[in-house]
Amino acid sequence: MHLGFLTIYWRDMIRFYRFKTLLISSLVQPALWMAFFGIAMSANFNRLTSDIPPLPGVPSVDYLTFMAAGVIAMTTLFTSLFGGMSLLFDKNWGLMREIFASPLPRNHIIFGIALSGMTKSFIQSIIIMVFGIIIGAQFFFGYSAIKTLLAVLGILLFVAVFSLGFLFLSAAISISLESPEGMQGIMTLLTMPIFFASNALYPINAFPPALQAISMVNPLTYLVTGIRYFAIGDNFQAIGIHYSYTPLQIGLAFLFLIGFATVMFTLAWWRFRKAVVT
Amino acid sequence: MSENIISVKDLYHRYGDFTAVDGISFDVKEGEIFSFLGPNGAGKSTAINVLTTLLPLQEGSATVAGHNVAEDPQKVRESIGIVFQDVTLDRDMTCREILDFHGNLYRMPSTERRKRIDELLALVQLENKQDTRTKQLSGGMKRRLEIARGLMTRPRVLFLDEPTIGLDPQTRMRMWDYIKAVNEEGTTIFLTTHYMDEADHLSDRISIIDKGQIIITGSSYELKNTLGEDLIYLETSDMSGTIPILSGMELVKEVRKKSKGLTAMLDGDGTKILPRIIETLSAEGIKVSVVNLKKPSMDDVFVHYTGRELRDEGAEKSSSAITRAGRR
Ligand SMILES: Nc1ncnc2c1ncn2[C@@H]1O[C@H](COP(=O)(O)OP(=O)(O)O)[C@@H](O)[C@H]1O
Ligand SMILES: [Mg+2]
Repeated sequence: MHLGFLTIYWRDMIRFYRFKTLLISSLVQPALWMAFFGIAMSANFNRLTSDIPPLPGVPSVDYLTFMAAGVIAMTTLFTSLFGGMSLLFDKNWGLMREIFASPLPRNHIIFGIALSGMTKSFIQSIIIMVFGIIIGAQFFFGYSAIKTLLAVLGILLFVAVFSLGFLFLSAAISISLESPEGMQGIMTLLTMPIFFASNALYPINAFPPALQAISMVNPLTYLVTGIRYFAIGDNFQAIGIHYSYTPLQIGLAFLFLIGFATVMFTLAWWRFRKAVVT
Repeated sequence: MSENIISVKDLYHRYGDFTAVDGISFDVKEGEIFSFLGPNGAGKSTAINVLTTLLPLQEGSATVAGHNVAEDPQKVRESIGIVFQDVTLDRDMTCREILDFHGNLYRMPSTERRKRIDELLALVQLENKQDTRTKQLSGGMKRRLEIARGLMTRPRVLFLDEPTIGLDPQTRMRMWDYIKAVNEEGTTIFLTTHYMDEADHLSDRISIIDKGQIIITGSSYELKNTLGEDLIYLETSDMSGTIPILSGMELVKEVRKKSKGLTAMLDGDGTKILPRIIETLSAEGIKVSVVNLKKPSMDDVFVHYTGRELRDEGAEKSSSAITRAGRR
């Protein structure tokens, strides 16, 4: 097997580690989301929903726990969408020429960048989980050690496939564009609808039908679902809404993410084959 | 004997409607230093980019190290090293990491990689900079590191696109020494330059390229010899009378009118012919006011074949300013 992608991976991780501001901000930012947005909003939501009678016999979780899953998903989305951006800088600074003129197969560039983006998302997800639990999110509540471990692996599996999809997309856009400004614009345009038309921070049940339809084809929704299933359980209530998942639903959510990643890889592969770098 | 390691036939390359490489054919022999000498915009980098497979081959044929550029780009990539025109070093990687990364791209085994890195850092005298990030290197050090990188994989051909552009004269001469040393180890060198002295000093053979076409190819000696042995520049009191007299003289190969004076290409020793010319002219009543005798330079070769000077626009302005100042 050709391990050329590890070379690309290694270089991108060196860069991640060397740019201290990038490293620190990407670690601190999700924690800040949890600390400020999470705590502020959970105070609100808990007050607003305090007079809704809880369903009998269904475990209830507070808003902080509910949104912590959303913050993991959101962070993964942002990190992955921007993960391909280093390709654009490499291209603009001429560094990509060295790689394109070498015998390394082009798809290894995609794999390498995707792998490093995935690693960053793993690190961030774990930080959010740990920090979330510290400030009071009831993740893995009542789980045994083994079950907790399996649940964490389940979450990382969902994060992995989801992040690959968006990293492939990001790589495809980067290799096709000329300027970082253009990339910034496209990213902003993409993140807004993906983020808000999802179940990350609030339930989608009350969405108008059009928005609900969007949220149903939104990969972020499936990631959040997966994370909640593993971190909270298959039957719980939060902010007055009852959530229950069957293993089949979770399996389908996972398949949806795999499908998304496959389509995005095809797109990136096509863009890379067409790319000319001089 | 040595065979052709690069062979190019009727190569064209167009950017939209604009033809950057306009039908060039040439061969490079194994083991030689071959140069493309031409002004900015001549199409040198475009030609290199096609030969190194960064640009697709549009028309014509090219083989590098025995592999067809269009049909077997992968094999071509495995056989070549490249130093690009602009610096292409990651600012935040150390010298050693740059070389390590490159060796990894070519799947060099780790022990060989380490050994080769040590060798090359010694060759380009960057051993004590190996853990320094490239952004802290001087221009000359960066270039040396890039040459070392180009050599990591022991390529059969090393492409150098304007290797000394922007370097100070001393560093340039050091670079030339490195390039020669590398060539002596057996690597064929294909280099492009717009510096006459560089092509002159380094190359076994030179192709002068202008507007996407090769104008003439030969060794530096051969190219200059096409202009005769010596060149004389004259300004006289009667320019129109001077030309037929000179043209009729023995050992005068060709006379060309310049803006103020004329140049005569000689087929013999100028130091002996010049006094005779001055005598002959004064016998006809023509007074010589300015005279200059010199060996033909690459500059003269270029001017002769293209009808204009090989200079950057900026350099042209400053040099004519110097000439003007000198005349005052
Ligand atoms: N990507 C490009 N698109 C359009 N024109 C280009 C491109 N690259 C180079 N050119 C043009 O092609 C000509 C040759 O350029 P180049 O090969 O870089 O010349 P050189 O290396 O000899 O200076 C120039 O006129 C340049 O402006
Ligand atoms: Mg050039």
